[in-house]
Amino acid sequence: MSEEAKHSEHEHHIVSPKVYGAILVALLVGTALTVWASYVDLGVLNPIIALAIACTKATLVVLFFMHVKYSSTLTKLTVFCGVFLFLTLIGMTLADYISRAWGQW
Amino acid sequence: MPDSHAIAESAHETAHQAGHEHPSYLRHHFESVEQQADATNFAMWLFLLTEVMFFGGLFTAYLIYRNWYYPAFVAASHQLSIPLGGFNTLLLITSSFTMAMGVWCAEMKKKSGLVLCLVLTLILGLGFLGVKTIEYSEKFEKHHVPSYHYSLNSFLNPDSDEAAKASGDKPMALDMARHTEVYFSLYFAMTGMHALHMIIGIAILGFMIFRAQAGAYTSGHVTFVENFGLYWHFVDIVWIFLFPLLYLISRH
Repeated sequence: MSEEAKHSEHEHHIVSPKVYGAILVALLVGTALTVWASYVDLGVLNPIIALAIACTKATLVVLFFMHVKYSSTLTKLTVFCGVFLFLTLIGMTLADYISRAWGQW
Repeated sequence: MPDSHAIAESAHETAHQAGHEHPSYLRHHFESVEQQADATNFAMWLFLLTEVMFFGGLFTAYLIYRNWYYPAFVAASHQLSIPLGGFNTLLLITSSFTMAMGVWCAEMKKKSGLVLCLVLTLILGLGFLGVKTIEYSEKFEKHHVPSYHYSLNSFLNPDSDEAAKASGDKPMALDMARHTEVYFSLYFAMTGMHALHMIIGIAILGFMIFRAQAGAYTSGHVTFVENFGLYWHFVDIVWIFLFPLLYLISRH
């Protein structure tokens, strides 16, 4: 059994509390930044900046709190497929809505 | 007990006596503890992908309706409190941190540390739901809950409404004002489904605290804590997107 354990695709990596602490600080700074940015009138850029900050925060959570950075290729591929499928579905839905006259009454 | 089962049982017993040693938590259909952990982790991620698709549908609906009824969505979002929403974001992000620390404690076999982290996560989660209750009750008081009793007053006559007045809202035409109800439908659907996930998470946390006190997760088998952590962080990520989209982007 101990022989087989070595065939495991990756070593189990224990993320240190220092990393968790750094990510917590980054997430709190991100939250402060997004609240501050929302009070500045940037026109169409407002939602884009808000989403960019949210995506950055979500990436930090996925990579470090959810250990994907230290996970097997299978996990990384699974996460990537999920994000890719979600964006594809949103893209196809939007392609349909913007290419019709729906909602123009 | 059927005979075949009895034979299997006794064969199992014999095998264990004959040096077929493995931890009690390793199921027999797995080769090794590592393989079992990898398989469970993969399954958890597949479940989370279905959750991404579920919330993704709601986000897509919000995106399309916000573009259609933009003035109504801007005015309706002014009814939400950024201080309360921001405070809730702090609570949830901190609870994700305490959960991550809980996983670390389980891996390092620190029992009391794990119990403390789980209790803190539970308290922060309850705090989030408490603030959400305050926000929801204000919506009920102002008749901003989509229903027969829905009130357009804050949007037809913004000077009568403190939040609308503070945001400098202009009176809206009736047909556009009616679409604020769509905003609040999506608001309650999205935050409500998110809150339901929190409630389920808090129930599982309560169960885990008892198990952790009995030492269940600090003897080398951390899969349950790890996978619950994935769920809790996912719920955190949903809120990371909900907060800017519902509260912030129409504020300036």
